[in-house]
Amino acid sequence: MSQPKIIVVGGGLAGLMAAIRVAESGVPVDLFSIVPVKRSHSVCAQGGINAAKNQKGEGDSIAKHFDDTIFGGDFLANQTLVRRMCEAAPGIIDLLDRMGVMFNRTPEGLLDYRRFGGTLYHRTAFAGATTGQQLLYALDEQVRRHESEGHVKKFEGWTFLSAVIDDRGVCRGICAMNLHSMEVQTFAADAVIFCTGGIGAIFGRSTNSVVCTGSAQSALFQQGVDYANGEFIQVHPTAIPGEDKLRLMSESARGEGGRVWVPRAPGDKRPARSIPEAERFYFLEEWYPKYGNLVPRDIATRAIHRIVYQEKLGIDGQAAVYLDVTHIPVEILNHKLEGILEIYEKFIGVDPRKEPMKVFPAMHYTMGGIWINSEDQRTNIPGIYAAGECEYQYHGANRLGANSLVSCIFGGGIAGPAAVKYAKNLASAAAASSVFDRERKRQEEMNQALLSGDGDENPIAIWKELGEIMTEHVTVTRINKNLEMAYGKILALSERYKKINLSDKTTWSNQTLNFARELGNMLILARVITIGAFQRNESRGAHYKPEFPERDDANFLKTTRAKWVNGDIQLTYEAVDTSLIPPRARRYDAAK
Amino acid sequence: MTEAAAGKKVIVKVQRQAAPKEAARWEEFALNWRPSMNVIICLRDIAENPVTSDGKATTPITYDSNCLEEICGSCAMLINGKARMACSALVDSLEQPIRIAPLTKFPLVRDLSVDRQFMFESLKRVKAWIPIDGTYDLGEGPRMSPEVQEKGYPLSNCITCGNCLEVCPQVNEHSGFMGAAIFSQVRLFNMHPTGKMHAAERLRASMGHGGIEDCANAQNCVKACPKGIPLTESLAEVNRDAWKQALFGWLVG
Repeated sequence: MSQPKIIVVGGGLAGLMAAIRVAESGVPVDLFSIVPVKRSHSVCAQGGINAAKNQKGEGDSIAKHFDDTIFGGDFLANQTLVRRMCEAAPGIIDLLDRMGVMFNRTPEGLLDYRRFGGTLYHRTAFAGATTGQQLLYALDEQVRRHESEGHVKKFEGWTFLSAVIDDRGVCRGICAMNLHSMEVQTFAADAVIFCTGGIGAIFGRSTNSVVCTGSAQSALFQQGVDYANGEFIQVHPTAIPGEDKLRLMSESARGEGGRVWVPRAPGDKRPARSIPEAERFYFLEEWYPKYGNLVPRDIATRAIHRIVYQEKLGIDGQAAVYLDVTHIPVEILNHKLEGILEIYEKFIGVDPRKEPMKVFPAMHYTMGGIWINSEDQRTNIPGIYAAGECEYQYHGANRLGANSLVSCIFGGGIAGPAAVKYAKNLASAAAASSVFDRERKRQEEMNQALLSGDGDENPIAIWKELGEIMTEHVTVTRINKNLEMAYGKILALSERYKKINLSDKTTWSNQTLNFARELGNMLILARVITIGAFQRNESRGAHYKPEFPERDDANFLKTTRAKWVNGDIQLTYEAVDTSLIPPRARRYDAAK
Repeated sequence: MTEAAAGKKVIVKVQRQAAPKEAARWEEFALNWRPSMNVIICLRDIAENPVTSDGKATTPITYDSNCLEEICGSCAMLINGKARMACSALVDSLEQPIRIAPLTKFPLVRDLSVDRQFMFESLKRVKAWIPIDGTYDLGEGPRMSPEVQEKGYPLSNCITCGNCLEVCPQVNEHSGFMGAAIFSQVRLFNMHPTGKMHAAERLRASMGHGGIEDCANAQNCVKACPKGIPLTESLAEVNRDAWKQALFGWLVG
């Protein structure tokens, strides 16, 4: 039997871990990434990575990590796989430590742990406030080692366009475009693992990086790969507003003692530091005494929206609240949070060690994603696997902070060997070359259509409108009539998309063409998210409908599973695995 | 906002080059000023409406960017002659017209986009990794004192942006000099309790064509580093260790 070949698409934490595992098993792997993998969005993760090591003697355990994760996700996550992740987490930390991650240390030379949202334990290992960067680099270095030994071949500067699927519905490889030469090419593989991250760009501005468009997920969806829980979008409570990006201010600022407040008097114009303690409203601490500033993100985000939009208590009447770390000694801030404080200082020009930061919620994380099974990251199409933020398992209706890094590495770690096993057992011979030619032609024609389009629509203008619609109607508060209107507007944008006229029609390093391709896919995924939100008439985790303020287990303790049928979206629902922890009411105003 | 309403403009000059073998030229754009603008926002404005200040239609500018918070290392370019990250280059702190050009020490792709593969290849050459036995469970990593962590962490913040190579007089087509970022990684891995076991291998790879001995101590690198990495300390330490290894290595085997 000839040696199988695996393709990994995406070089963030999940993709790199998958690639390492495949390479380790002696099977060659081709790694595709839009950017050099060291520049992947995982670098933006700040606060840390969770594992119940009980290093502070607080009685933490895997069972408690598991319970916090399921409870935090409002019981929507399938439990067996989450349990496995929590069990694996301490070993993942050990592995990263062995790879040389510069985790913060205790005086004894052990890893230090801090607190994060949705838990009462010090469970989060961290490397300053740039943990994602540090973990990504560790995996990047291991992949580089495998690359230098010939096990991994990198295709950086290539973007995924579509899967090559044969007439029996089996994935045989991918079709990708070189972002310099704009050449479209197919690549054969026995299995493909997708680790293509989040979808922030669908919301215009978010905490995500430029490449996080969800384009790959959407392309797969349109080829028959199901998409689950699309409506579950995490809005992070604390980000710095910006015209190009909403820059994250990590939950670790609160984990290290940072406090969120607004002046008690509406429109109070005094400088923050001159407002006496008694005239400050620490609303999270008052409303949620047990968890205080460390309630889960959906709760904190809704509280900030309530303060700003209902109580009209935003700072100086604006959409902003204070995130205050000025009471924490400067040495501790520099030792544990320097990375994020530098971001604030550089982009706002104010030293957060001296002045409270002004922050507001921002679209941050995609809980939903490519449908995969509950065992080994396999999608509903043979030969296609998914891991990391692009898939839907692990976080249910709301992700707890510092659980994403562990889910990416865990998911990538099981997808790799699963794909190898599948590939080795793949009985049928390689697909006919006509299957590849057919797909390449289809993609080349799509490029040609865009390049020759002579309408009067600008892709950036359409994208901006899409982002505004999605942010206004499909993030924190969802109202059915607005969702319906938003869906109609997305359809209208999709019509306008057909009349795009590219301002660059050249065929060398044409970023406008690539963006137009991505935009077409964003418009489809935006519909999946919006219709999913429309049909889920309850409130659960990050999905909040004032018309249906309660969780409704009788009708909606279900995974939304979207399918692409004859060019349209069809939603189906399937049962959630609640075999280990029976669902109970989710409250953070008292001990759970 | 009054200034924005009054039609205040930002004048930006961008060096354009359609492809590696094409000639370079400059184009000027007049953009609408808004508060907190950075160079990325300028480039996006141009993409949305690619018309020069004298009214000529042109193409959007090709450039590299990703995280927009100075941690991915993508958007390094020359802004008013200085190698820096475009995302953290705030318009109000820049003299106008703002001149934007690609880095010059790397092969040009198009406009402001360059190919920095050389740096990743160099990381391969010096074996910038911890050679772990495997990803299966082998228990905890080695203990590390907080002092070592505090020294290592800043080094591991390197975003491979290439600014330190851009400003180094020793980096050119002929020298092959790998640049400060790479030697700083050698120092990082050589201080790690496990990495240390393979220090000799990394030091040997740090010498020869393009190696540490080409450093002429101009010290431009440390000033250009957006992450404030003590690059000159790294260069001095690796230089010392590499020579020690070359001269006396045979004594310790």
